[in-house]
Amino acid sequence: MEITLSPLSSSVSKVFINSVYELKDGERIKTCLQCGTCSGVCPFGYFMKFPPGKIIGAIRADIFDQVLKTDTLWMCVSCNACAAFCPSNIPITAALMTRTKEEMLLAGNIPTELQSALENTQRYGNPLGESPRKRSDWTIGIQPEVNLLAKTRQPVDVLWYVGDYASYHLRMQSATKAFAKILNVLGVKFGILGPEEYSDGDSQRLAGERGLFEMMAQKNSQAFRKYKFQEIITTDPHAFNALKNEYPVLGVSYPVRHYTQFLAERLEQIKPLLKKEIKARIAYHDPCYLGRVNGVFDEPRTLLAAIPGVELVEMSHQRLNSLCCGGGGGGMWLDGFQWEKVHTRLSEWRVREAVAAKADILAVACPYEPPRFEDAVKTIQAASQLKIKEIAELLAESMDV
Amino acid sequence: MKIAVPVKFVPDLVEEITIDPSGTALDTTWLRLIINEFDDHAVEQAILLKEKAGGQVSVLAAEAEGVDDFLFASAAKGADQLVKLTGDFSTVNNHALARAFADLLKKGKPDLILTGVQAHNDLDGSVGPLLAENLGMPYVGYVAGITPASDKVIARKEYSGGLVAEIEVKLPAVLGIQAAEKPPRYIAYSKIRQVMGTAKIETSPIAGLDTSGGTSVSRMFQPEVTQRATMLEGSPVDIADKLVGIFKELGVL
Repeated sequence: MEITLSPLSSSVSKVFINSVYELKDGERIKTCLQCGTCSGVCPFGYFMKFPPGKIIGAIRADIFDQVLKTDTLWMCVSCNACAAFCPSNIPITAALMTRTKEEMLLAGNIPTELQSALENTQRYGNPLGESPRKRSDWTIGIQPEVNLLAKTRQPVDVLWYVGDYASYHLRMQSATKAFAKILNVLGVKFGILGPEEYSDGDSQRLAGERGLFEMMAQKNSQAFRKYKFQEIITTDPHAFNALKNEYPVLGVSYPVRHYTQFLAERLEQIKPLLKKEIKARIAYHDPCYLGRVNGVFDEPRTLLAAIPGVELVEMSHQRLNSLCCGGGGGGMWLDGFQWEKVHTRLSEWRVREAVAAKADILAVACPYEPPRFEDAVKTIQAASQLKIKEIAELLAESMDV
Repeated sequence: MKIAVPVKFVPDLVEEITIDPSGTALDTTWLRLIINEFDDHAVEQAILLKEKAGGQVSVLAAEAEGVDDFLFASAAKGADQLVKLTGDFSTVNNHALARAFADLLKKGKPDLILTGVQAHNDLDGSVGPLLAENLGMPYVGYVAGITPASDKVIARKEYSGGLVAEIEVKLPAVLGIQAAEKPPRYIAYSKIRQVMGTAKIETSPIAGLDTSGGTSVSRMFQPEVTQRATMLEGSPVDIADKLVGIFKELGVL
């Protein structure tokens, strides 16, 4: 009997890996050492049937079709920890994990929970399934009135891309209002798109829905083109990442900064306004797509340290090695799925770290986080005194606006 | 098996619903339409049947904003034929819609017709039984599972209290779908875009709308505040005392 060694015909593994090679730095995957660092640093690697390193192994063994039949890859929160620590600098999250999720989604292997967020994005332009007409309802009552560009058509210095959760989530609206008030106090000439703003689509993209991401980018681009502004700032690290790194690839290119960068630049103007003391030990949580992916580590800390009375402390996972809140890469819409699989939440892990650092306040800079961490606080007794605050909320409190 | 799925679009309740100045209908200025959820399940059930036993699936809808996208998404799921009824639907009710669907289905001669068991805007009965009446076919509603068997199907019908009946239905027949055997699947947006370039929507003009047999609305209104509720105030003990007093007064204690 003849034994055929590795088939030369085009297999699922080969077709797939060729599509990864076409992505930015995708060919680096050839340099994988199979060291296992990615699977070890992955917050859910211990549970995945195929953690990143094993996926590469499966491709090399020509059994990638087996990966597509599992569902534990949906535990990936696209936190980029695997890529950050890979000694071969392989874009594991951006290329390998995201492409794999795209294939799983095309094959219909997708948790129902995630499905409704994607359907909502398709229909309403936001994953929460809220009315697009109500996107700027959070502005009601703010004085001076927030400049809705569709109404005023005035040229502005700053276009504030508000984002889904900052616009709609009841908990987040308080942080969004706080930032609007800060901009007003600083005399910044800014405007928002309101109902013309669509989801940035980045988390949907990282959950495997590239087509939907492109549709969102196109809709936002149409709105951007209508108005005159110098730069975009955003309160959402996921939008920041999309606008900075992904939209330009689609031909939508604007200067963009996260709001902490924008404010840190105005620190001298802000300092005298921070009159009210906030006597607290504050631990800052680095959002994955602000810190690890885009290298913004210092500005949020600088702003917090400027508040009188604040003592900054660090948690065991910090900066490049920060721990995801669990909401990235579609995790925001897979809470039940994640719980069913591992009976724990990354947000709970993080809140325990804040308690261990003896923090009074866990400060954040991403709209996914306050609801996630506040839920975690409710389930962890030792954390019952821990408060979760957006940096914008703390600044506004100290400014007394 | 030839399966036809007539579907209807209903007001999307995510948007605020307002009554128009006539006071007898919804204000359509800001109204957005969405597929009736039960009809979405009917399409999924048809595709599941096709995957199980083979066949051809046609999806039929009256023209409205968003209908094309829905039909293309159905094709991406596996529907073979997409038909859009065209004409003036401004005064449509379920009696008229069922007649319009029946005219078309008499020509198509499907073996099985699946449609959502109900819709939140059904004012004059649901479409399924009206359609069955017009076509002279049997109807079974609240169906949550179908097993095909040559010239008949076994329909799993849900009753209240968790009871389920398996009913043998001779074809052709109309089934009102309560839920598909699996939740409606997700189709990647890129797949829908692809289908938009290849699938074709057939249009079929309606002869006219025959709304007879339907209802006429004399007044449509938002829920009104009434004085029937009494708020009890005080400490939990006071409230409990007052509550017991009220129960005694009403003769339930």
